Amino acid sequence: MSPEHEASAPEHEIAIQLLGVNKWFGAFHVLRDINLSIARKERVVVCGPSGSGKSTMIRCINRLEEHQQGRIIVDGIELTNDLKNIEAIRREVGMVFQSFNLFPHLTVLENLTLAPRWVRKMPRKQAEEIARHFLERVRIPEQADKYPGQLSGGQQQRVAIARALCMQPKIMLFDEPTSALDPEMVKEVLDTMVELAEEGMTMVCVTHEMGFARQVADMVVFMADGEIVEMAPPEVFFTNPKEQRTRTFLSQILH
Amino acid sequence: MASQGNQQQLPSGILWLRENLFPNWWNALLTVVVVWLLVELVWSLADWVILHAVWGAVDPEGLVPYDEQWRLLLSAAVVVGLVIVTMVRLARGSALAAVWAVGAVFIAVIMWDMVASIETNASPEACRAPEAGACWAVIGDKYRFILFGRYPFDEQWRPLLAMVIFIGLIVFSCLKLAWKPWLALVWAGGLVVCAGLMYGGFWGMRFVNTELWGGLPLTLILSVVSCVLAFPLAIALALGRRSDMPIVRAICVGFIELIRGVPLITVLFMASVMLPLFLPSGVTIDKVLRALVGITLFAAAYLAEVVRGGLQAMPRGQYEAADALGLTYWQKMATVILPQALRSVIPPLVNSFISTFKDTSLVVIISLTDLLLAAKVSTADPLWRPYFVEIYVFVAVIYFIFCFSMSRYSQWLERDLARGQRRDARQKVAVMARSGPEGGGA
Repeated sequence: MSPEHEASAPEHEIAIQLLGVNKWFGAFHVLRDINLSIARKERVVVCGPSGSGKSTMIRCINRLEEHQQGRIIVDGIELTNDLKNIEAIRREVGMVFQSFNLFPHLTVLENLTLAPRWVRKMPRKQAEEIARHFLERVRIPEQADKYPGQLSGGQQQRVAIARALCMQPKIMLFDEPTSALDPEMVKEVLDTMVELAEEGMTMVCVTHEMGFARQVADMVVFMADGEIVEMAPPEVFFTNPKEQRTRTFLSQILH
Repeated sequence: MASQGNQQQLPSGILWLRENLFPNWWNALLTVVVVWLLVELVWSLADWVILHAVWGAVDPEGLVPYDEQWRLLLSAAVVVGLVIVTMVRLARGSALAAVWAVGAVFIAVIMWDMVASIETNASPEACRAPEAGACWAVIGDKYRFILFGRYPFDEQWRPLLAMVIFIGLIVFSCLKLAWKPWLALVWAGGLVVCAGLMYGGFWGMRFVNTELWGGLPLTLILSVVSCVLAFPLAIALALGRRSDMPIVRAICVGFIELIRGVPLITVLFMASVMLPLFLPSGVTIDKVLRALVGITLFAAAYLAEVVRGGLQAMPRGQYEAADALGLTYWQKMATVILPQALRSVIPPLVNSFISTFKDTSLVVIISLTDLLLAAKVSTADPLWRPYFVEIYVFVAVIYFIFCFSMSRYSQWLERDLARGQRRDARQKVAVMARSGPEGGGA
């Protein structure tokens, strides 16, 4: 393992790079020596049993969690304690949460225009145009003036995706975007994500939707006990996994 | 079966009475006793407050003259009507408020002549009659002092006007359309005008030192200005207490705990007596200003803890979502966290405002003549000495009107802000039904 060597790969090709990342929650070693390199336009699906550290890993990428050892380089910017760097990275990285986390006191349109107006200093009119464009893309343009509480779970998650897209990020992170949804609403959210993937967005997605992984992923990363156990393209990962732990996991979730 | 059929033919009102007030003999007995007690209480109160009250009008017995009594009866009828309209919910919300406003104006119009005669004919003689009830004549004699304290008598239109502007500002600030950045400018302008009116010293208005300020204007100035100043300070303290920076946090915790740890009287006493000792000789700070600072700091410490409660109740996901979008700390607080956190603590916030309003009466210990002290001083007149109860009732009514208005406003505000964001089950079904087809098809 030679982090320096990996770091010197052409910068514009690599969107996200994790080098020897370690993290502890108190005495609990939640991330062990994570090395991961994600190229531009690459779609990566991260899966693994609960408590394996997969959410923590992608939350480290935009500094919702702080890593304690190793280096994380996003879009050519290294994550340090420098607030400037953190804010620069967050501007370029969109995130979608398991529990949507829409702002309940704002209408859908206000949710979408908030960050472009405050962070990108965009005029209101332009921000609203972009917002309506992305609402169209996630197929709920008619909900613009409602409050999040008036929408179904699937609609809320699509608004959350649109909200992240309104910042026109280079990278999108999805943290179990369909786990909190009723089964009949999973598909509408996955469809939106598939479209996004087909347009060439760099995506890192923590999910248990293996159908989605098969359909769009360039790479499937399997994590257990805080480490990356196996990493392979989906056709290899699902048909011919190398590790015993991967096989056990797959047999548990694929019936 | 037969009796059931009978019951169903009864009007619903009687059915309700039977089920709720007379279901069995001991409940029936209880109902009768309670109703009898209530009637006794209301009757004796009405007797004291209205029927045998001495209004100061010319009448050999000091009572309301016979041909003026229709005004009282009509007013009472209007009040009863209003209460009934409210209780049976004929009108709600703003319509109800409008009905009450119309009723109040109506009563004011028909009572005006009678009330006006209280002032002109105020004399304690009539109140001495053995069967006399409340001696409202004392209010007629004293209300100028109670309301304006020692402010020069022939200049009292100035505090009156200042007070009207002040209350106007408050009411205006309560309207949603006023919640814009320019509201701060409106307040600044309004406060300058009020201060100009109170101080005077120009345009032929005599200069009036704050030593002479008093009564309701002083109470309003102390409470409202200190709440308005304490609120932003409280937000800063609450954010500071949750800050990652240890020194900022220590300062905020220290301030809050220190101020909360001592009684308001101590803070006022410090501001009034101790502070001048530390100032260089020749430098004096106005006494009202010192009280204002003391009350502001005290209110801020309490409000800060209320605001902190709201901040802590915010789900972590809201902070994370704002962070993930790249908002800076202040943008996040201003647009995402505080609007929600403050909304969730409206009831305890208003609680604090109400208690600050009443706490201002403690300025008596640094001998500022606020509403309550002015009332107390006016009970000292030997002519009217026995009628202090009426004076205190008068002051209590004034306090109540302000506090009750705040309480009602906060309830309205809570409901208004929640509208559209939380929905009850019925709305939810409707929304689902409407969004079902395209939601499922997407």
